Amino acid sequence: MSEEKKLTQHTAPLLDALEAYRARRVVPFDVPGHKQGRGTPELTAFLGKQCLSVDVNSMKPLDNLSHPTSVIRDAETLAAEACGADAAFLMVGGTTSSVQAMIMSVCKRGDAIIIPRNVHKSAINALILCGITPIYVDPGTHPELGISLGMDAKNVEKTIAAHPEAKAVFMNNPTYYGVCPDVRRIVAAAHKAGMAALVDEAHGTHFYFGENLPCSAMSVGADMACISMHKTGGSLTQSSLLVMKKGRIDPEYVRTIINLTQTTSASYLLMSSIDIARKALATEGKETFRKVCDLAQYARDEINGIGDYYAFSKEIVNGRDVCDFDVTKLSIHTLKIGLAGVEVYDILRDDYGIQIEFGDMGNMLAIISVGDTHYNIERLVSSLSEIKRLHSKEGIALWDHEYVAPVVKLSPQDAFYAERRVVPLKDSVGEISSEFVMCYPPGIPILAPGELVTREALDYILYAKDKGSLLMGPQDMALENLGVVK
Amino acid sequence: MELWYTEEHTPTVRFSIKIKEQLLSKKSPFQQIDVFDSEEFGRFFTLDGLMMVTEKDEFIYHDMIVHVPMATNPQIKKVLVIGGGDGGTVRELTRYKTIEHIDMVDIDQIVVDVCKKLLPFTSKKLSDKRVNLYFEDGLKFVRRFENEYDLIIVDSTDPFGPGEGLFTKEFYGNCFKALKKDGILVNQHENPYYESYSSAMRRAHKRIKEFFPICSVYQAHIPTYPSGHWLFGFASKKYDPIKDLDAEAWNALKLDTKYYNTDLHTGAFMLPNYVKKALEQVD
Repeated sequence: MSEEKKLTQHTAPLLDALEAYRARRVVPFDVPGHKQGRGTPELTAFLGKQCLSVDVNSMKPLDNLSHPTSVIRDAETLAAEACGADAAFLMVGGTTSSVQAMIMSVCKRGDAIIIPRNVHKSAINALILCGITPIYVDPGTHPELGISLGMDAKNVEKTIAAHPEAKAVFMNNPTYYGVCPDVRRIVAAAHKAGMAALVDEAHGTHFYFGENLPCSAMSVGADMACISMHKTGGSLTQSSLLVMKKGRIDPEYVRTIINLTQTTSASYLLMSSIDIARKALATEGKETFRKVCDLAQYARDEINGIGDYYAFSKEIVNGRDVCDFDVTKLSIHTLKIGLAGVEVYDILRDDYGIQIEFGDMGNMLAIISVGDTHYNIERLVSSLSEIKRLHSKEGIALWDHEYVAPVVKLSPQDAFYAERRVVPLKDSVGEISSEFVMCYPPGIPILAPGELVTREALDYILYAKDKGSLLMGPQDMALENLGVVK
Repeated sequence: MELWYTEEHTPTVRFSIKIKEQLLSKKSPFQQIDVFDSEEFGRFFTLDGLMMVTEKDEFIYHDMIVHVPMATNPQIKKVLVIGGGDGGTVRELTRYKTIEHIDMVDIDQIVVDVCKKLLPFTSKKLSDKRVNLYFEDGLKFVRRFENEYDLIIVDSTDPFGPGEGLFTKEFYGNCFKALKKDGILVNQHENPYYESYSSAMRRAHKRIKEFFPICSVYQAHIPTYPSGHWLFGFASKKYDPIKDLDAEAWNALKLDTKYYNTDLHTGAFMLPNYVKKALEQVD
C-alpha cells in the first residue's frame, strides 16, 4: 500500500488501509467476535455499522502496532514529520501510557527524576511501577489566582546542580491551566547536565499545529514529548501520540518499553482517529486554531465584561514560572463572586446543562477546541452572567494557596508496596501515606505514596472535600480513612 | 412538472404545499433561506426547510404574539423583539401609538434583508422611526440589560438550530433581568402534539416558571405549523393575563384585527386536558 501512494500530510495511510479492508468484504474467522458488528445488533445500532465494520484486529494488510512495518509505520512517520520529531508512536492507552513509556524509557529502578509537583498522577504511577525516586520542584503558585505554575527555570537549574544523579527532567507544557515554563531553557539545562528532557504536552497538541502559540517541546529540542491528540486535536478519547528526537534515546528501545505494557489488540478505531486527526491538523490546523483562539478571546472579553469573574490570559506571563500562556485555555478565576471554581462548575452542569473541564478551589477551566461554536460560547457566557446574578456571595473565606509542599519520606514504590494500616483521615497527620489523594480533575496529587501527611495537606483535603471536589486515590472511596505505612 | 414544498413534521408525517414558483434560495452564515409562491398560502418563507411565515395565515401568529400582552398591559412603552426577522411582530406592535421604542434583534441580517424585499406584507413597518434593528445573537443582546423593557417577545425558530439558545435557562434568566418590575415575556412555545416539539415546550415552561411568578400558556390555530395547534408562553412579574386583561382599554383603541379579540383572549388560555397534563408534569 505504502509503495503505491506517496506519503504526504494530505494522506492518511491507516484510513486508506481500513477503507480497502472494508471494500474487500473479507470473511472474518478471527477476533473480534462481533464479526464486523453482525453478532451484536444492539451495539451496532448504537455505534453504527460503519464503526463496527472497522473494529478489527491486527492482520497483514493492516499492520501491527507492536511491530509496525507498513501502514502503521507510515502513519507514525507522518505523525513524526507533522510534529517536527524524528520518531512518533501511536498510543492507545491514553496519554497516561505515553507519559509512562517516556519515563520508563530513560529511568530504571533506583534512578531519580526531577519533576514538578503539579504532574499528572500518570507520571507518579510510572515512578511506582518502576521504582524511581521523584525530586520535586515547586512549580510556583500564582499569588492572586492560587494556581500552580510552570516551574521557574532557575529553580530547575538549582535542582539539577543539587541532584546530578538524576536521569531526566520532566515538565508540563502547558499545565492544565495553560501555563508554560521556559521549555527551551530547561531543556538546555537538562542536556548540559547529561539528563534527558521529557515533556508532558497532554494539553498542548495545538502547539504543533497552530500559529502564535507557545513553543512545542520538539521545536526546542526536547528528547521526548507526549501529545494528547484526543484532548484538543480531535481524535478519539484514549488515543495519544508519543514523539521523540533521536540521539540520547533509541526509538527501538522506546518501542520495546511501550510493548511491555501496551495491549496486543490495539484498537483500529483509536489508531485511525489519530491518523485522521493528524491529517486534518497538519493541513488545516493553522486556520482551525486561529478560530479557536478568536473564540477563546471573545469568550474571555465577554466574561471579564460581566465583572468579578477573571478570565486570565497572557498578562500573567512573568518570565519566571509563567513564560508563556496558552490562549486557547479559558481559565476563569471565580473567587470574587464568592464561589469556588468547583461550585460554579457544579451549577453550570446541574442548572444549565453545560459541562466544563474542571473546577478547583479558586478557578475553573473550559476547553475551547475545534468543535466549538459561537452559540455555545454565548450560552456559557450568559450562564456565567446568570450564576453571578443568582448565586454570588460576599465575604466567603476561600483557600488562597494551592501548593502543598510534599515531604517525601519513601520512594513511591517502597511506600506503595510497604505493609500498611488504615487510619481515620482526620488522625493521619504525621503518618506516611501509602496512597494517592487528589482532586479529579485535574488529577494532580495532594499526597502521593511515600509522603508525610502534613497538617497543611490534611486541611486542604478536608477543604476540597467540603467544597464538593471529587477526591480520588484512596481505597476508601468516601475518604474517611487513609492507608498509611506501618 | 409539479413542484411541492414538503416539511417533515415528524420522521413519518409530511406536510406539503404545491409551489407556483421558488423566488429565492440562499444560504446565510446561519441557515438556509427559501422563499416560495403558492396558490393556497401565497408567498411563504422557510428556514432550514421549516415553515416560518405564509402570506395567508401569518396574521394568526402575529396577532396572538402581540395583542395578548398589549391588552393585558396597554401601558407598555418599550419593547424588545428577539428573532422575528420577517417583521410581522414589529408590524403589529407599531399599530400602538403608545409604544415609544421597539428594539428588534435577529441573528441573521440576510433573513431581514430577504423579507424586506420579498415579504413586504410582514416587513413593511421595519422602517418605522421607533424601530431599532440589531443583528446579533439574542442571547448575547439581552444579557447586557437590567430593568429596561416592559415587554420582551421571543419570536424565534425552533430550538434545533440557531434558536437553541433562546430556549435555555440562562436566556430566560437574562430576560427576567432585562424586564422592568411589571415586565411581560411572551414566547413562541412550540406545539403540544408531536413529541419532539412537546418536550421542547415542557422544558421551556419549566425553565420560565423558575423565574416568573406568573407563568401561563395560551394557544392558537395556525394551519401551516406542525399539528396546526400552536402554543405561546405568557410570563410576567406582575400581570395575570386573564385577571388583568383590560378589554375596555384595548377595544377603545379600535384596532382592526383578523384573529384576535378580547373574548378570544380569555378563551386562548383555556387549554385541552392533554396539554394541561403535559404542563402539569413540569409544575
